[in-house]
Amino acid sequence: MSEPFLIGDSMTGGYGNGPDILHDCTIAVNKGEIAVIVGPNGAGKSTGMKAVFGMLNLNKGSVRLDGEDITALSPQDRVVKGMGFVPQTSNIFTSMTVEENLEMGAFIRRDDYKDTMTQIYDLFPILKEKRYQAAGELSGGQRQQVAVGRALMTQPKVLMLDEPTAGVSPIVMDELFDRIIEVARTGIPILMVEQNARQALEIADKGYVLVQGANAFTGTGKELLADPEVRKSFLGG
Amino acid sequence: MIDFLNAFVALSNFVLIPAISYGAQLALGALGVTLIYGILRFSNFAHGDTMAFGAMCTILVTWLFQSWGISFGPLPTALLAMPFGILATMGLVLFTDRYVYKFYREQKAKPVILVIVSLGVMFILNGLVRFIIGPNDQRFSDGERFIISVREFKALSGLKEGLAFKTTQGITIVTAVIVVIALFWFLNRTRTGKSMRAYSDNEDLALLSGINPERVVMVTWLIVAALATIAGTLYGLDKSFKPFIFLQLLLPVFAAAIVGGLGSPLGAIAGGFTIAFSEVMITYAWKKVATYVVPESWAPDTLVQLLSTDYKFAVSFVILIIVLLFRPTGLFAGKSV
Amino acid sequence: MSDSVRNTMYFAGVALLIIITGFVQSWNTALFILNFGLISAIMALGVNLQWGFAGLFNVGIMGFVALGGLATVLVSMPATPGAWQAGGASVIGALVLGAATVVAAVILMTKMKASKLRSFSVFGVLVVGFFVYRGLFDPAVGLIEEIDPAATGYLGGLGLPVLLAWPAGGLLAAAVAWLIGKTALGLRSDYLAIATLGISEIIIAVMKNEDWLGRGVKNVVGLPRPAPYEVDLQSNAAFIERANGLGFDAVTASTLWVKLIYAGLFTVVLVILFVMAQRALHSPWGRMMRAIRDNEFAAEAMGKNVTARHLQIFVLGSAVCGVAGAMMTTLDGQLTPGTYQPLRFTFLIWVMVIVGGSGNNLGSVLGGFLIWWLWVMVEPMGSVLMNFVTYGMADGYWLKDHLLESVAHMRLLTMGLVLLLVLRFSPRGLIPEK
Repeated sequence: MSEPFLIGDSMTGGYGNGPDILHDCTIAVNKGEIAVIVGPNGAGKSTGMKAVFGMLNLNKGSVRLDGEDITALSPQDRVVKGMGFVPQTSNIFTSMTVEENLEMGAFIRRDDYKDTMTQIYDLFPILKEKRYQAAGELSGGQRQQVAVGRALMTQPKVLMLDEPTAGVSPIVMDELFDRIIEVARTGIPILMVEQNARQALEIADKGYVLVQGANAFTGTGKELLADPEVRKSFLGG
Repeated sequence: MIDFLNAFVALSNFVLIPAISYGAQLALGALGVTLIYGILRFSNFAHGDTMAFGAMCTILVTWLFQSWGISFGPLPTALLAMPFGILATMGLVLFTDRYVYKFYREQKAKPVILVIVSLGVMFILNGLVRFIIGPNDQRFSDGERFIISVREFKALSGLKEGLAFKTTQGITIVTAVIVVIALFWFLNRTRTGKSMRAYSDNEDLALLSGINPERVVMVTWLIVAALATIAGTLYGLDKSFKPFIFLQLLLPVFAAAIVGGLGSPLGAIAGGFTIAFSEVMITYAWKKVATYVVPESWAPDTLVQLLSTDYKFAVSFVILIIVLLFRPTGLFAGKSV
Repeated sequence: MSDSVRNTMYFAGVALLIIITGFVQSWNTALFILNFGLISAIMALGVNLQWGFAGLFNVGIMGFVALGGLATVLVSMPATPGAWQAGGASVIGALVLGAATVVAAVILMTKMKASKLRSFSVFGVLVVGFFVYRGLFDPAVGLIEEIDPAATGYLGGLGLPVLLAWPAGGLLAAAVAWLIGKTALGLRSDYLAIATLGISEIIIAVMKNEDWLGRGVKNVVGLPRPAPYEVDLQSNAAFIERANGLGFDAVTASTLWVKLIYAGLFTVVLVILFVMAQRALHSPWGRMMRAIRDNEFAAEAMGKNVTARHLQIFVLGSAVCGVAGAMMTTLDGQLTPGTYQPLRFTFLIWVMVIVGGSGNNLGSVLGGFLIWWLWVMVEPMGSVLMNFVTYGMADGYWLKDHLLESVAHMRLLTMGLVLLLVLRFSPRGLIPEK
């Protein structure tokens, strides 16, 4: 098997000097794929993603992007390298307009980003409609679209979403998943953490089930959905 | 009808014009406080003395120009000297940031520690200003004293009441308008300005977006230095320059920033005028205006003054408390970190 | 080196500084520093209660100190003849009415539902109340202030022994602190700081302008003293004899003796307050306070009433400052509202607490003495320094004159520098909290 586009390889580590939360955990995503991380509460799903993004101290293991070792880089430097990250909470500038949010997403770009903004407005038409409105005034689902749009403004080579559907209604959730699939169709690999394991695995090319900071099951989304043991323990039978 | 005109002129002369120019000075001061709060997240007690320092530098350069015989025609020479005062103050705040505040920022110290640190800076600046220019009143305004004086106005209008419009008041208002427009243009239209707002709004996400915090902080200090110098110089021109006054000015300036909503520039301006108008209106003796408006038999025999002028500071303070109790985030919903 | 050895050395060091001052300058100066050092130590104890124990950021200390001073006048001065008959009752009545108006407005505000009617009635109550208050208050004040304005023109006091003014000063400060705490303590730390700063300015403004209360800027002089007068001692044969026996002339001996008496009285108060503060710190109550300070949310979650505890300690700390204020005015022998300045009476005390060690009572006392000594001695030391710096310059050279003249302003500079250096390199102070 060839090297995946982005891989957090056998990561072990925790926050600051605290105890290890991840134990030999591997998360990867290939070009043109959607990879999801699922697992019970407190399994270290978000922690795993944050480790890939450089917000954790790794004692062992490495993170490689497109074959390059980026383990030592800060999150900011990883953004420059082409990683887009959407945090779970506080992921937009509430007092700024939608358009300004997108502009801030493109802050590190020195070239003309108008085309990228047009693409994002095509992907999320509602944002174009509300472009001059303060982002804080939007609904939960719209805010998440702003957040994803902001991360896409850097034209990332890989997009990471931390529980994008947390706290939104099921209908909005379906719509958000549709949008995420659309983003993936533009060729950007997506790595995301999800609470709603079943729906997430349905759209996933690859799934990681984490338990207590370690890989419990790994496979394609369909394999995991079909795996009786995964069904029993995480998907409610 | 003439009576109403007279009443309006008296009102303008004693209430509207003084309150507008004072409000503009407070607003500029409060903008500085609110920007520091929004970006560096602490209440800067040294701000009053930063204003004093900026005004002092401007005064020193003004004196130098005056000794060289440079003047600005009918306008005060201080306007020419102000850019130099601003530069000196920028140097000062960058120095204090580099050698004082930066350490605590890196430690992620609690805001209250930064407030105490700013007390130390306040002490030093206060001492420095007194050390250099002395504790006394300094006059430095020159040029025309009035845009329109009482005598001219009476001759012009034929009214019984006079209206004086001091040059310094006119300059204060015009300068404040220009500065505020420039500031808002900067904050809302430029990349750096927007990055400042983004940083103030959501620090973590700003970092994630590649905004350099040290650059944002530096730009903020530079703007604050300019605002403080302008506010201090205008206040000094309009009233008088005395180092001690600026410590007392801290209270209405803070009140303005909080009433408007700490962290909100628009709020700082609204707060400045709210405080200024309340102070002037509550401590003004309304007898003069009232005698024109009400029938003669009702004319008041007292001064119709709600509070003696000595309680000016109390007014700003009472408004502050009322706002804090009923709308803790201020009129324009500031931050509550 | 154990803590107690280190602390003893610190205090011995400060004592040595004061003694050296006595030898180099004069014993009068040394005792002056000692007396004000004692008072400063008490103020620092009060601030340490609020900041060190509970993390309350009060920058209105000046106001409470001034209230203590006012209490001294109200307790110890004789009542002005005829003043109470002239307008005393009306003034008190007007004040009660004013308070009743505010209370009525607050009750309306809380009891009525939010509506136009409520705004209207609250506003109406306030306006009507205000004008009735002014109608009653102004003429009465006029009458009082007319009585021999050159000497009195105020209500005067109760004519009680001046020592009673010290606890009274504490009570007055505590009462005002309770009012302030009720309104301002729910606020965030920055807001509390600005609120207290404002209130202290208002207290000073009231004391400067309400002549009927404490003569305003006309000052009240000749306050009764708990110690004998120097002139009396100098005409006392027995005293002169004893002084001569010790090798002093009568004038020097009398000033020193009076200062020593004050020092004795102040020491008693300091020791009492210190012991109380220590016991409070090590009591369950003190531990709870520190728990609240360190994690307000956790303490609240554990069912501690944080606001009530904060109010308690805010009132206590302010009362201590009030006591110190009353003692200071007694030592001065006069009340001069114009001399209260926040740099000297609020921020300097903060320097004392932080340099000494916030959260540690012993540290606050040490800081009180040390910083007060520095505050007094910066000027002479600065003048020596400036004389040295300007030694090479010609007499009459502008820079030389300017530098020599500016020595007086080195105090603030030095205090700021000391504060910043301690915060940076020894943020827990000389004697850190255990």
